[in-house]
Amino acid sequence: MDDKSEPLQIIKKAICTALVINMRKEERAMEGQPVLWFQQIKKKFGENVVLDGVDFKVMPGEIVSLVGENGAGKSTLMNILFGMSVIRQTGGYEGTIYMDGNPLNITNPNDAIHQGIGMVHQEFMLIPGFTVEQNIKLNREPLKKNIFSRVFGHSFETIDWDAENRDAKKALKRIGIDVNPGERIEQLPVGLKQFVEISREIDKENLKVLIFDEPTAVLTETEAEKLLKCIKSFSESGIAVIFISHRLDEVMRISDKVVVLRDGILVENAAVTSLTKEKIAELMVGRKLTERTEEYPDRNIKEEDIILEFRNVSVDMPGEDLRGFSLKVRRGEIIGIGGLAGHGKMAVSNAVSGMYPSTGEVLYNGKPLDVSKTGEALRHEIAFVSEDRKGVGLLLDQSILTNIIFNNLSLKGEFLKSYGFFTQIDNKAAKKTAEQMIEDLAIRCTSAEQLAGSLSGGNQQKVCMARALIAEPKLLFVSEPTRGIDIGAKRLILDYLLKINYEKGITVVMLSSELNELREVCDRIAIVAGGRLRGILGPKESNVKYALMMSGDESVRGGEDSYEKD
Amino acid sequence: MKKTKRYIQKLGVPRLIMLAFLMILLIAVGILHIPFTLTLSQCIVRVGINIVLALAMLPSIRSGIGMNFGLPLGIICGLLAGMISLEYNFTGLMGILMAMLISIIFSIIVGWLYGLLLNKVKGSEMMVGTYMGFSIVSLMCIAWMILPFHNTGIRWPMGNGLRMTITLEQWYDRALNELWMFKIGEVEIPTGLILTCAVFCGVMWLFCRSRLGIRMLAAGSNPEFSKFSGIDANRQRIIGSILSTVLGGIGIIIYAQGFGFYQLYTAPLMMAFPAVAAVLIGGATASKISVGNVVLGTLIFQSILSVAAPVASAIFPEGNLSEVFRTIISNGIILYALSKIGREE
Ligand SMILES: Nc1ncnc2c1ncn2[C@@H]1O[C@H](COP(=O)(O)OP(=O)(O)OP(=O)(O)O)[C@@H](O)[C@H]1O
Ligand SMILES: [Mg+2]
Repeated sequence: MDDKSEPLQIIKKAICTALVINMRKEERAMEGQPVLWFQQIKKKFGENVVLDGVDFKVMPGEIVSLVGENGAGKSTLMNILFGMSVIRQTGGYEGTIYMDGNPLNITNPNDAIHQGIGMVHQEFMLIPGFTVEQNIKLNREPLKKNIFSRVFGHSFETIDWDAENRDAKKALKRIGIDVNPGERIEQLPVGLKQFVEISREIDKENLKVLIFDEPTAVLTETEAEKLLKCIKSFSESGIAVIFISHRLDEVMRISDKVVVLRDGILVENAAVTSLTKEKIAELMVGRKLTERTEEYPDRNIKEEDIILEFRNVSVDMPGEDLRGFSLKVRRGEIIGIGGLAGHGKMAVSNAVSGMYPSTGEVLYNGKPLDVSKTGEALRHEIAFVSEDRKGVGLLLDQSILTNIIFNNLSLKGEFLKSYGFFTQIDNKAAKKTAEQMIEDLAIRCTSAEQLAGSLSGGNQQKVCMARALIAEPKLLFVSEPTRGIDIGAKRLILDYLLKINYEKGITVVMLSSELNELREVCDRIAIVAGGRLRGILGPKESNVKYALMMSGDESVRGGEDSYEKD
Repeated sequence: MKKTKRYIQKLGVPRLIMLAFLMILLIAVGILHIPFTLTLSQCIVRVGINIVLALAMLPSIRSGIGMNFGLPLGIICGLLAGMISLEYNFTGLMGILMAMLISIIFSIIVGWLYGLLLNKVKGSEMMVGTYMGFSIVSLMCIAWMILPFHNTGIRWPMGNGLRMTITLEQWYDRALNELWMFKIGEVEIPTGLILTCAVFCGVMWLFCRSRLGIRMLAAGSNPEFSKFSGIDANRQRIIGSILSTVLGGIGIIIYAQGFGFYQLYTAPLMMAFPAVAAVLIGGATASKISVGNVVLGTLIFQSILSVAAPVASAIFPEGNLSEVFRTIISNGIILYALSKIGREE
């Protein structure tokens, strides 16, 4: 367009607008107006283009799945819509988002909420010191009039605690979880935090659009099922849903439409009926996915060679209580611990790491291990990957490099050059290892110096894994190892676990909500339900048996291993 | 063009504002025909004698305590040590060295206690630090009166107690500054002072890259993470507090010898603020700092102050208006810097 005279342009614009409005009306009449239209969205972080001309529409009541590899730009796009401050601080974005046909001008999350947008974040946005109900009703507390408020107005109304409690309970019940609304957030395990965050969003009124950024990453299939039903019911009531997940089964089942991002470019925008799981995966990575790469021959695992034994261990971990847990971990095996969120499986690794107080005995190589404080286990060459990557898993303000090599440096004194009485970090060696891991796990970053906090969720998870993997421990605890990791990278990580288990003889205890993943790599899987060990199953046992055991059904007993009652 | 843009972005807005301000002052120096070389010499000295005090913020921020507003604690340790060195008439470099050694002993004890206190008040370290500094300074006002010093050079000629200001002429006035000093044209280069600063900055730089330094950094930036990694964050905070106090003590001795006198009683009250302002201007935040931030910040901040002084007195030749002007500038910058505290860029 190269118009010289301005008035002409204005007239032209006016005509165009009139036409568009007319068309919109027609559109509305014909197929309804999109509730959201992302128009040519572009976003750069410094020189790094992470969204490049993304353009799609969302209809009312439609469930649109947004899929793509780790770092494809999914969370970034949603952060733009929700007005998160990181976007503005890093230089804003280009393009326009239309809501009900009007350009949206959202500068902070509050605006977004007012516009009827709700978001369940990938990393939780809850206030740790507040209770569950306070978090759910934050900023929208139900108010009661009192003498002062009648005189001085709105701001002096008092909070109606009963109503708050009632609303919170209702929201929690709607997604079917059982948690005390008076519990403080910091006391809750990761899985339950996720549910609280979801309850907070669905409790909002006048919702038009609801965003879920990997809501199921820490949930088991049954829990995820519950959530999906819930999401379906929203869409039926006319709320549009944008759903981000790496679990393509869910995506296939729930969505109306699938939008695939690859390196920030929209590569597919189609009805789910015209796609298959394999096709989506292919579109995501841009090439055909290879199946399981290597089969490892049988290892020589002896039933009586025990590396770690739990004897009647009880762990005091809020929301994940574990009682009278006894288990023998055999040297060289990969053992899985499965179960529903909040039933105690997470307590198993937290007991050994010393993060939560426990009673009972933990024997390491037959000798008692002091689990009353953190660090003891680490000194005995036991490594951990925490399920809470943002809280205890990462140094968000430090570089990827520091995060990866930290434990080796701190505990073993590796990556250090020694000069008599003082030491200096050996940047060259550190960089080499960090870069090797970045390559091995396909961590998407600009360099090893990038801050861990500015990585995408899945890539942060890979950094956590990298730290544990290079520690080359004797025993490795991994909690939710593939949380938020895309299908391609999941393969990489699971293969890496199998590889170090086989080649280096590292015993692995894997705690996961994802049964499929456990069954794929584990030799045995212990199921924890209701705070107790219910039994141990082989990876080939039937789904029914697993489901029953997870639900705490007493009639199903574990196979080979002894299951001692206290 | 793109390169310069990125460079400017990296430098950050606050530093650009400060540098612009410095430029304006320098232009004023030119216009007002103020002897430039003299100003430059003073500028170098000012930066030199202040840098170790600013450096004291480094271990405290890295260990997670935040800005050490309790810096007067360290300063008091340094002053006490200084008094002892004067009492026994240590002179020259020997005097400075003795003062530093004695102050280190005091600082370790005080810093350790202060660290214990700060571990009890997590989350409000800056406020508690400020109050702690103020109360100790007040308490020491009494102590300066009654401590058993006998040297007549440091006591009031009559009555009890130590003098308000003690000129160091007979002991070690400018001993470090004048060590190996030489001139480039008219400008005096205080080699000894510069070397001392370089040594302290270098040691802290090495410290940051050592195992202890990296563990401390982890404890400071995420206590939960460090707990998970078997590091006692409280212990790291105590180490940070001790190091900070030690640097505060040494810093005031270097400051005093370059200035020419020790100032007792209420003088240390406000001394934390210029140090905090300097590192903030250098790009540090309440949770992040490097030796580079300290050096850059002190350079900019102290240069402005030392250039502002002659400019002010040239503009307002009579009365003490120039002093008022200088104070306004200094406090204005401190205020501006403090408004940036804790705000990540
Ligand atoms: N604050 C930031 N500063 C710099 N780069 C960033 C920042 N936030 C995100 N990025 C980069 O933007 C890219 C896209 O990140 P985004 O979080 O949108 O990915 P994602 O698709 O949500 O991935 P995941 O599935 O792992 O959650 C990544 O390469 C990431 O490194
Ligand atoms: Mg994401």
